[in-house]
Amino acid sequence: MAEAHPVGFQWVMEAKRRGAKIIHVDPRFTRTSAVSDLHVPIRAGSDIAFLGALVNHVLSNELDFREYVVAYTNAASIIDEGFQDTEDLDGLFSGFDSERSHYDPSTWQYEGTAAAPSAGQRDPAQDAGPNGARGAEDEAHKSAHEAAKSESHGSGGPAVSSKPPRDETLQHPRCVYQILKRHFARYTPEMVQEVCGIDPDQFREVAEALTANSGRERTTAFCYAVGWTHHSTGAQMIRTASILQTLLGNIGRPGGGIMALRGHASIQGSTDIPTLFNILPGYLPMPHAAMHRDLDEYVASDAGATGFWGNMKSYMVSLLKAYWGDAATPENDFCFDYLPRLTGDASTYTTVKSMIDGGCKGYFLVGENPAVGSANGKMQRLGMANLDWLVVRDLQMIESATFWQDGPEIETGELATEEIGTEVFFLPAASHVEKAGSFTQTQRMLQWRDKAVDPPGDCRSELDFYFELGNRIREKLQDSTDEMDRPLLDLAWDYPVDEKGEPDGQAVLREINGTGPDGKALSAYTELEDDGSTACGCWIYCGVYADEVNQARRRKPHWEQDYVAAEWGWVWPANRRIIYNRASAAPDGTPWSERKKYVWWDAEAGKWTGSDVPDFIADRAPDHVPPDDARGPDAIGGQDPFVMQTDGKAWLYAPLGLADGPLPTHYEPPESPVRNPLYGQQNNPSRRKLADASNPINPSYSDVFPYVFTTYRLTEHHTAGAMSRTLPYLTELQPEPFCEVSPRLAAERGLEHLGWATIVTARTAIEARVLVTDRLRSLRLGDQVVEQVGLPYHWGRNGITQGDSPNDLVNVTMDPNVYIQDKVGTCDIRPGRRPRGPALTSYVEDYRRRAGVDMDDPTNGRTD
Amino acid sequence: MANSLWGRLDDVQADAGYDGAHPPRMGFFTDTSVCIGCKACEVACKEWNEVPDDGYELSGMSYDNTQALGASTWRHVAFVEKPLETSAGKPLTTTDLGLPGMGPPGAMEGDDQGARSGDAGVRWLMSSDVCKHCTHAACLDVCPTGSLFRTEFGTVVVQPDICNGCGYCVPACPYGVIDLRKEDGRAFKCTLCYDRLKVDETPACAKACPTESIQFGELGELRERAHARVEQLHEQGVDVARLYGADPEDGVGGDGAFFLLLDEPEVYGLPPDPVVTTRDLGSIWKHVGAAAAAMTGLGVASFTSRRLVPRLLSTSLGRRR
Repeated sequence: MAEAHPVGFQWVMEAKRRGAKIIHVDPRFTRTSAVSDLHVPIRAGSDIAFLGALVNHVLSNELDFREYVVAYTNAASIIDEGFQDTEDLDGLFSGFDSERSHYDPSTWQYEGTAAAPSAGQRDPAQDAGPNGARGAEDEAHKSAHEAAKSESHGSGGPAVSSKPPRDETLQHPRCVYQILKRHFARYTPEMVQEVCGIDPDQFREVAEALTANSGRERTTAFCYAVGWTHHSTGAQMIRTASILQTLLGNIGRPGGGIMALRGHASIQGSTDIPTLFNILPGYLPMPHAAMHRDLDEYVASDAGATGFWGNMKSYMVSLLKAYWGDAATPENDFCFDYLPRLTGDASTYTTVKSMIDGGCKGYFLVGENPAVGSANGKMQRLGMANLDWLVVRDLQMIESATFWQDGPEIETGELATEEIGTEVFFLPAASHVEKAGSFTQTQRMLQWRDKAVDPPGDCRSELDFYFELGNRIREKLQDSTDEMDRPLLDLAWDYPVDEKGEPDGQAVLREINGTGPDGKALSAYTELEDDGSTACGCWIYCGVYADEVNQARRRKPHWEQDYVAAEWGWVWPANRRIIYNRASAAPDGTPWSERKKYVWWDAEAGKWTGSDVPDFIADRAPDHVPPDDARGPDAIGGQDPFVMQTDGKAWLYAPLGLADGPLPTHYEPPESPVRNPLYGQQNNPSRRKLADASNPINPSYSDVFPYVFTTYRLTEHHTAGAMSRTLPYLTELQPEPFCEVSPRLAAERGLEHLGWATIVTARTAIEARVLVTDRLRSLRLGDQVVEQVGLPYHWGRNGITQGDSPNDLVNVTMDPNVYIQDKVGTCDIRPGRRPRGPALTSYVEDYRRRAGVDMDDPTNGRTD
Repeated sequence: MANSLWGRLDDVQADAGYDGAHPPRMGFFTDTSVCIGCKACEVACKEWNEVPDDGYELSGMSYDNTQALGASTWRHVAFVEKPLETSAGKPLTTTDLGLPGMGPPGAMEGDDQGARSGDAGVRWLMSSDVCKHCTHAACLDVCPTGSLFRTEFGTVVVQPDICNGCGYCVPACPYGVIDLRKEDGRAFKCTLCYDRLKVDETPACAKACPTESIQFGELGELRERAHARVEQLHEQGVDVARLYGADPEDGVGGDGAFFLLLDEPEVYGLPPDPVVTTRDLGSIWKHVGAAAAAMTGLGVASFTSRRLVPRLLSTSLGRRR
């Protein structure tokens, strides 16, 4: 965190100053480790084993926060008797279709729901079971699965049709608590040593610190970054942390939670107002061609649900009104048909594959440098070289705009400049200080910044660019009578501009906030209607412009308000600083402890109150029990803090929504030097492979690729480097690409400090200078010693200093929920510089031949 | 005027000729126990003071590629990798090079290291170094042109429009801070952001520091704060914490920029017991003078006199914004 988020890390240091214990778990010893109380070195990609053992420690010693767990989680819920765990199937859950490599989750459900799905539920990805018809529906199943349905539940859980039977004694053999206990029983400290390379004593030190610091009086927070997410089991790594934090009662309470540290400013914002293919603003799912033929069908699966997702139609209709304004009417389904439809996977890597295959012809790159920053840079460049046109908007002339001229494939002869037909348009962009706008950070906080200076020359803001692009396209189409052009022509595309033609960002924020029938800014998403009387660009942001004031621009210093600092910026939803904060009070509505008092029930006033905006229906008493037929928010009981979940409970076990199992399970990365010590199943069985000649996978446990490599960032540089290795003051601080190796590995391979090394995978080979350091430790796993090669990934061929890009080494094998790649792989490392030109290709070919990579089946890592 | 060269000096500005109404002495307290090595101080310093880059060289000295303070590096973050001693008293790596952080650690024998889980077997010290703005500043004492002067804030500043590049100040500094910029010829170093102080602003490095490792303020208050911090760390069991440059009785009369360190000063590349190099200047000149008087009447007075730059001149240094 100190390494990649030094500014945010100031608060960790502040906490440490006040007595907090800081534990850092990371393959390398970083600047964070240097100031932490404890550094726990871990084998890259083995985090589920580590976290799972912490879960086991909590369960087997009964250290969970029992009152919280029973009341607020689904620990007591009974699961369908058809469910089989990885314990029963050697690493698989019930419902695995080995032909398609994906799960049918019908046996994972709560008892009594799988057999009788609610009438409206037509989501085949979630409930096509043994009874589901084959054929057309089967195809729909497949494409819905490919459409990354699970990610569209970002703001809450997927819908379960009713509340499940519960055993609050937690003794029922099929209750979640018992299933969890059995599932994690094999995740022992000894297993942690074998999988992660962590000493059992050190593991116990962590376990004891964590449990001692959780409960009524104390809370523990987790922070993570792409060390957890960028894996073929990434979503499940976060799930394991969620399970742990929920068991310990660290969710919805001050000082608790799990903070995602984003790789770039406003990455949280980029999923709230998404740049993703499968969701619309506010995590509304992108309609699917087969399943959502009209608006009613689209909302049907959620409309009957309990909890706040039950109001989904209001959110969706208000969004359509924001998009198409007066053109959106009840008669035309509020222009629902204008929305594009998903027919399958359109995620980034699949799109790149489609470029290589000639399906995708045009590409916009906005503030993204995939030739350096994305996994398997060669694949990215081969894709871009096969386009008709490419638009690059960036602050600097990045490698993704110049790959046709001097990319690595030009050097090797795999591409020739004169044969690349891609027309590249480079459009210089304004930086964050040259335009006004908001950032949304990991606490879901929007912070507005004003423009400091005008952008130089032709540089323009994104807002200006897209507004102008829309204007020009609409102008070209203005006489069109083609129905296909109506969505563009009918858009509500009208923003005030200043004297320089720059659209007013605050007008856009106000549109996102939403307006009521009187045209005034709305104050809360609870005001949204499904009859077209309200418009709202993103329902979870409703309230950011309440009272016609840009609430995100508030800058009241913390010393002028209490520690919650509710008047600094604005946090979605409803300026709520901690979500699910009903959980900060005991079931009876009183605070768990005076020390951790946050939100509580004021019986006299008959409402919830506290330091934050209560995340609950204001006047719903703690003892309220909703009638069985209640729907939407009416169905939330007085002890159901997790109001976005249809059953109001935190899910220790996910009966729906995940593509790779209801519980996290440790699988090895797609390339690994070790056999999975936990199960016969080596890799995530439903991981997504991307078969292409440019993406061969190293066979696991190969002597040819005996080492683990992992990529990471340095404080001195920013992501793919365009914003840092182009600046003298940052370049001089870390002037060259390097790799970090342990003294033992250096001795084993004859690597010299400051000398050159060549690092090889089945994709390619790169070179880097060598830093031999004690900060990278050799790890002992059982009888095996595993060495890890650390690779900062900031460099490319442009900029003040140049070098090979470590991401060229990374393979593309994806998490089946969110389609992120696995950043960990295996490699070889040798002293000396890499071969030049065509010799590089034959050098890598030789490695592939020796490792037995079958280029007719390049993604076969020989583990399944 | 006394113009002392040595010993405790409680009002350095008065000693330099400022009247009683001068502002309090300002300085830095750099608490390395909370430094996270982000180098924001280095960058902020260069941005504000328009200091050029210092070359693009991978040093191999851990993450320290600026390597030392110099004419074009006024803040420098040292990174010291140091193997921790085991309970048996032996370093975890079989070869300890003695001078931590100055080169690669030694290769271990067998795989004993792998057997350990890396249980914090290494310590990584980070420290942002800067000009010490000594109470007795030899650089200033030896400057023949008056380019170096004592400001009303008690800091030591070199004026580039007066510096003639003679370089006398360079060997005079007991810390090796001030240096000549090769391509330019003149001497440069930290000004403690004199221009920012003039308009009541915090120096750029302290302003940019995210963890308050670099604290700026009145020197007396900073010293109190620093002593309290050391006490706090000792109570927390960090018994290696100690202050460096905070003692007004030390060889330079105490530093205007002082540090809290977690190891011996040498580990950070700091001299253990710095002494102002002009300490004996007075007595030297007495002896030289006795001999020289017989030969010629060289005007040596200027070498020993502290200069007070006219306010007009010093003010013109300040960049306004």
